[in-house]
Amino acid sequence: MLRVDHLDGFYGRAHVLQSVSFALAAGEVLVLLGRNGAGKSTTMKSLIGLLRPRGGRILFGGQDVAGWEPHRIARLGMGYVPEDRRIFADLTVAENLEVGRRPARVGLPEWTEEKLFALFPNLARMRDRPGGRMSGGEQQMLTIARTLMGNPELVLLDEPSEGLSPLIVEQMAHAVLALKQAGVTVLLAEQNFHFAARVADRAAVIESGRIVWRGTMADLLADEAVRAAHLQV
Amino acid sequence: MTFLLLQLLTGIAGASALFLVSAGLTVIFGVTRVVNFSHGSLYMLGAYVAWSTLTHLPATPLGFAIGVLATALVLAALGAGLEMALLRRIYRAPELLQLLATFGVVLIVQDATQAIWGAEDLSLPRPAWMRAFVAIGSERFPAYDLLLIAAGPAVLGALWLLLHRTRFGTLVRAATQDREMVAALGVDQRVLFTAVFALGAGLAGLGGVLALPDGSANLQLDLSVITDAFVIVVVGGLGSLTGAYLASLLIGVMQSLGILFVPKLTLVMVFAVMAVVLVVRPQGLLGRAAATVREAAAPPLVRPAPRALRWLAAAALAALIVAPLLVGPFTVSVLTEAMIAVLFACSLHFMMGPGGMPSFGHAAWFGLGAYGAALAATALAWPLPFALLLAPLVAGIIAASFGWFVVRLSGVYLAMLTLAFAQIVWAVAEQWSGITGGDDGILGVWPQGVLARPHIFYWLTLAVGTAGALLLRRALYAPFGYALRGARDSTLRAESIGLPTARLRLVAFAIAGAAAGLAGGLSAYSKGSVFPTYVSIGHSVDALLMVLLGGVQTMSGPIVGAFAYTGLYDTLLLATAQWRLVLGAAIVALVLVFPQGIAGATLPAWRRRAA
Repeated sequence: MLRVDHLDGFYGRAHVLQSVSFALAAGEVLVLLGRNGAGKSTTMKSLIGLLRPRGGRILFGGQDVAGWEPHRIARLGMGYVPEDRRIFADLTVAENLEVGRRPARVGLPEWTEEKLFALFPNLARMRDRPGGRMSGGEQQMLTIARTLMGNPELVLLDEPSEGLSPLIVEQMAHAVLALKQAGVTVLLAEQNFHFAARVADRAAVIESGRIVWRGTMADLLADEAVRAAHLQV
Repeated sequence: MTFLLLQLLTGIAGASALFLVSAGLTVIFGVTRVVNFSHGSLYMLGAYVAWSTLTHLPATPLGFAIGVLATALVLAALGAGLEMALLRRIYRAPELLQLLATFGVVLIVQDATQAIWGAEDLSLPRPAWMRAFVAIGSERFPAYDLLLIAAGPAVLGALWLLLHRTRFGTLVRAATQDREMVAALGVDQRVLFTAVFALGAGLAGLGGVLALPDGSANLQLDLSVITDAFVIVVVGGLGSLTGAYLASLLIGVMQSLGILFVPKLTLVMVFAVMAVVLVVRPQGLLGRAAATVREAAAPPLVRPAPRALRWLAAAALAALIVAPLLVGPFTVSVLTEAMIAVLFACSLHFMMGPGGMPSFGHAAWFGLGAYGAALAATALAWPLPFALLLAPLVAGIIAASFGWFVVRLSGVYLAMLTLAFAQIVWAVAEQWSGITGGDDGILGVWPQGVLARPHIFYWLTLAVGTAGALLLRRALYAPFGYALRGARDSTLRAESIGLPTARLRLVAFAIAGAAAGLAGGLSAYSKGSVFPTYVSIGHSVDALLMVLLGGVQTMSGPIVGAFAYTGLYDTLLLATAQWRLVLGAAIVALVLVFPQGIAGATLPAWRRRAA
């Protein structure tokens, strides 16, 4: 599905991604775990094309998409859910979804407004409310729903649990598992280990722009030492 | 009473065309964040294209409707072409350079239009159906104007439906808020931007064709319309279509009633309306307070010149002092012009660079100083020292009063309003012929006694110009200058440590105005005359080019730029008949090659060498 090969990224002179490599198989959930500033969001932005990587390859849908413009990568089937949600505040819930709408893909079920409202019942009740007048949790649901309207094969979920109440985090976990059930591949970036443990199959631990550990979620759960070294604050 | 009503209706009819232009400007700005200076040129082209189309179509309502539609479509196509050829390449450039590039387009379109349609005003022969009248009370009102009155709300309604009931409109509104996110959702921004630009250009063309029967296609339309449109979008609130319509009504009615009561001061009244609105609602009638501002990285710190550069400057100054003894009278006059330009450019740099206040109407202060000195010298028969002292006083005081309304505004708003103010000063200079002499200007402003000798006057200019530039420099390395730059880089942080940012900016604005006024006063004596062209947009752009040529973030930039530009101007530009075309193309090329400004292009290289 996706293979990231020796990806290098810079902010000005700061070398923030150093030869990052990992791969995702179709239908699995991989979590990119790391502390604040480890390079999770930068990886996500580089994948969708909002940041231009300096080196390395991003193989997606059979092509190297490194350096492509975002809309071309998105049309190839990559959906991006940004960390800061980036809801269109003046647009209603329905209009936000409309912006994300793209044709369905062969072999994958099509996401519709009805299906998404079933997945996030809160949104159904506020179809005509401007995005700017929603709570953080509701906005987080909307931003995921908006990306799903593009019928992506792969969804990049950047810290969906950040700043949300435990109840909403639980709903998010349900939603991610529902995506997986529907056959969507998910790359998750998280700091919340418990959330990650609920939904992910495999994990890659990133620190200071380098992948320092790869393995299954079960292995990571068993490996106290790795978690202490790279994840605990 | 009926008469007043009719005048009111005429104003509302005029407002429709203004609204169409402003709507296009505001939609384009909303999505692309580019203030399109050439929008008035598209309106002007609309009028010309309409003239050519309509004179070849049957003079029936159907023929007119076809002509209107065809014109709008032609302009939309031209707009799309302009976007693809130029705008698309400068979306990431600083906004002042974007304004400058689109001003280059204004110049090119002016010469091209003149080449195609000639310099004569072209008016449309009005067919019978267009001359019909409707009786209102005891008076008759042109039926065509009723059509115009209806056109405004009709287009507003159509635009609302387009933006709120179609997928295209939803994408446009989404892109207005966060175009990067729209791209990440798979929308091709390039297509969207081109479409939006075509829409805006089509609206401008529509305005041009609808206004044609009541006026004429002429070469002054572009700048007069863009000035009105800038005022309207600022008064209405940038990005709000309904606000633009309300503001158009306000301005249109002010203009038609103003012609009735104070014909000479119509433009001043328009400005007064704008001032009142901005005091009560700085964000415009229906604008939002918190517009998204692109947070640019703080410009590099401007350090005092290194020792070598100081020696170079001293050597240059020495050369300038002895120059009149070695060179001929023509060179002395060019050097005098250059020194005036140095002071003019330094004054603009003062508010634009360290002050962070871009101005597209800096010639206003230059002109006010020039007219002040010239009037004192001729009408009041003051001797030169007093007249020269009056120049910066007049300019400084008026700059301070204007500044009081606008220093809180940032970026494009300020650029648009300084431009509008300069246009008003220009109009006063043109129209108030009893005092200013109108187009004929004020003549016979010559220095007396020993100063009448060109090289003595040159030394005076050199002394005043050098002293002015050094004083401006001194102010920037005083605590005042540091506070000013703090206010520029972060208003919030500057205020939280107790700096009165608005007052700092106001003082900088007034100082810059006074210095430009002094340059204007010197210029009046140097040329012996003052004309409205001193206040023209072209002259404001001269100053901008000098500063941008030399680099905004250096101290020596405006000085070098002034010399380079004066030299180029006196040798290259005056040698060609199509100087607008040449200058316009040069500006566009400059921005395309150095989208970050020349200083932006050379500074990193300089830094690397220093490191």
